[in-house]
Amino acid sequence: MEKFIELTAIAAPLLRINIDTDAIIPSRELKRVSKKGLGTGLFAGWRYTELGSRIENPDFILNQPPYRDAGILLSGANFGCGSSREHAVWSLAEWGIRAIIAPSFGAIFYSNCVRNGILPVILDDERIATLADIVSANPAENRIAIDLEQQTVVAVDGGTDTFDITPADRRMLMEGLDPIAVTMQRDDEILAFQARDRLKRPWVYL
Amino acid sequence: MGRTIIEKLWDAHSVADLGDGSHLLYIDRVMFHERTGSIALKGLEAAGRKVRNPEQVFGCMDHIVDTIPGRTDETMVPGGNAFITTTRDAAQKAGVNLFDLGDDRQGIVHVVSPEQGIVLPGVTLVCPDSHTCTQGAVGALAWGIGSTEAEHAMATKTLVVKKPKTMRVRFDGQPGLGITAKDLILRLIGEYTAAGGGGYAIEFAGEAIRAMPMEARFTLCNMAVEFGAWTGIIAPDECTYAYCDGRPFAPKAHVWEQALAHWKTLPSDADAVFDKEIVIDCADIVPQVTWGTSPQHETGIDGVVPDPANEPDANRRQSIERALEYMDLTPGTPLEGLPIDSAFIGSCTNARLSDLRAAGAIVKGRKVAAGVKAIVVPGSSQVKLAAEAEGLDAVFTEAGFEWRESGCSMCFFAGGENLGQEKRAVSSTNRNFENRQGPRTRTHLASPAMVAAAAIAGHLTDVRKLEQS
Ligand code: SF4
Repeated sequence: MEKFIELTAIAAPLLRINIDTDAIIPSRELKRVSKKGLGTGLFAGWRYTELGSRIENPDFILNQPPYRDAGILLSGANFGCGSSREHAVWSLAEWGIRAIIAPSFGAIFYSNCVRNGILPVILDDERIATLADIVSANPAENRIAIDLEQQTVVAVDGGTDTFDITPADRRMLMEGLDPIAVTMQRDDEILAFQARDRLKRPWVYL
Repeated sequence: MGRTIIEKLWDAHSVADLGDGSHLLYIDRVMFHERTGSIALKGLEAAGRKVRNPEQVFGCMDHIVDTIPGRTDETMVPGGNAFITTTRDAAQKAGVNLFDLGDDRQGIVHVVSPEQGIVLPGVTLVCPDSHTCTQGAVGALAWGIGSTEAEHAMATKTLVVKKPKTMRVRFDGQPGLGITAKDLILRLIGEYTAAGGGGYAIEFAGEAIRAMPMEARFTLCNMAVEFGAWTGIIAPDECTYAYCDGRPFAPKAHVWEQALAHWKTLPSDADAVFDKEIVIDCADIVPQVTWGTSPQHETGIDGVVPDPANEPDANRRQSIERALEYMDLTPGTPLEGLPIDSAFIGSCTNARLSDLRAAGAIVKGRKVAAGVKAIVVPGSSQVKLAAEAEGLDAVFTEAGFEWRESGCSMCFFAGGENLGQEKRAVSSTNRNFENRQGPRTRTHLASPAMVAAAAIAGHLTDVRKLEQS
């Protein structure tokens, strides 16, 4: 997994609430049993003029020149709610998004991000609205800088916000770890738990 | 201090406290389907990893398979065949259970799991599907995960999970005649928004829940995720035990007795403290229906399409404006009487036997309105067989409904069959998102009986006005 330590990038404001994973990548865009090839399907319903077409809708923010190179999304509450499809995260990553700043996230989407090298940052509504104003004034220049080690978001107005993330998620992102390998370091504990549990709850074991 | 049911299940499954609010949790059961499970199984295979306890892993073919009679591996979903065959091959190689096409246990994963006794009170169960919360209705900790986490759960038998905050939603009072679990959960989401349960594990409790039959409890828990919750759970009681008893994978004989003794210790202690409590009074809830593109966009059938100008919050105002544009609705329009193009009864929310019975009671002896496409898709093959045994299929087909094989079908649009461009649909499903049931399809969510009533009337209508025959 790609490490996430710090990032300074163009941020695209997409300030809608409840952007669900169907909107991030419509189901019809999942054509193969694969984690790859999903970037072109990102936001397909909004990004293209017609269903199934690849003609870009010029009004959609990620089609506009400075934002085509965005690495950060600014969004409204409950980003990534809905379907558990991890394809939403894979398509964002493939398109080039490395961090998403929103007031809240769908729970499954949030863990999917962390497991795929995307940093989900929770800031409050008002600050996100301010950040959106700042970047909109000059998207290419007014980049946002995120430092995961310090857990800060810095904008060109000099404002610095700190954000929360669990140490485990932070470490996973910063070191680009394989979560299964990390857990397997505790395999003895898992097996010991299972042996005890089998006696305590025999009815669970088929 | 006492513990909540959520804490009891959490403690019983904690392998290690990782020290930062997250725990390594032991996972009793993993379920999967061909849409996201196929990727997880393939991912494990590619990494050379094995499924640790394949006997506790179960898959269903439900998302991509067609539901038209005589279906095969070929499907209307573009590229769908690969999801089906990959899942089958990978499941066989991994040695996990699979309820494949042609198996009479096949169906929608969240309907099949309780039906087969795979989910039980007191277990942890995960599935790469957001509506896994449905299964919390038996008193299990069941939640949706992504494909990568599914690989983790299958390979290690554990997941790293951040301990959720706890909430209790108490449904007080008794709902009136014709008011269902669907109306209750829509009301909750309408009142507290689609993000209202964000970060919480929610126990649904109260008088109305205790009186609720098992199948209705599944409907309620199904939409916990539409409330933004991490998951929902209902404490097991006599109704739960009676439901689980005798199911194919449920414990038998003396092991059943052991299980029962354990299950009785699960309900929240009287002095347990939740991080948040909400009380909903059920007495004055009327049949609910959504008008927009989020489950929070809902009102009673006696209501009207809201005016965004009355919404003080800018974000919510914009969301309403967009929704009305998408739904092609103008503020002030009464929902009662809104003409529909299609009626869909199906999904893991509302396609169990009791749902089909409730809809059937409305439909019986009546005809679907001219020009309305009406479809029933049973939640599982078992539900289908049971419904056919009591003649429900004939009730629906004689009225003009299509009667399908089980699967997710048009609950979601994957590029294949759908409810039509810019068509207005009333649906017993759980999501009215943009393009969810078809390209620019306009979905109104409601209970199965409300969907049936709309199919007959040709427009949204209060089911209580139609006399049951
Ligand atoms: S019926 Fe619909 S909501 Fe349920 S699992 Fe299938 S697609 Fe998801």
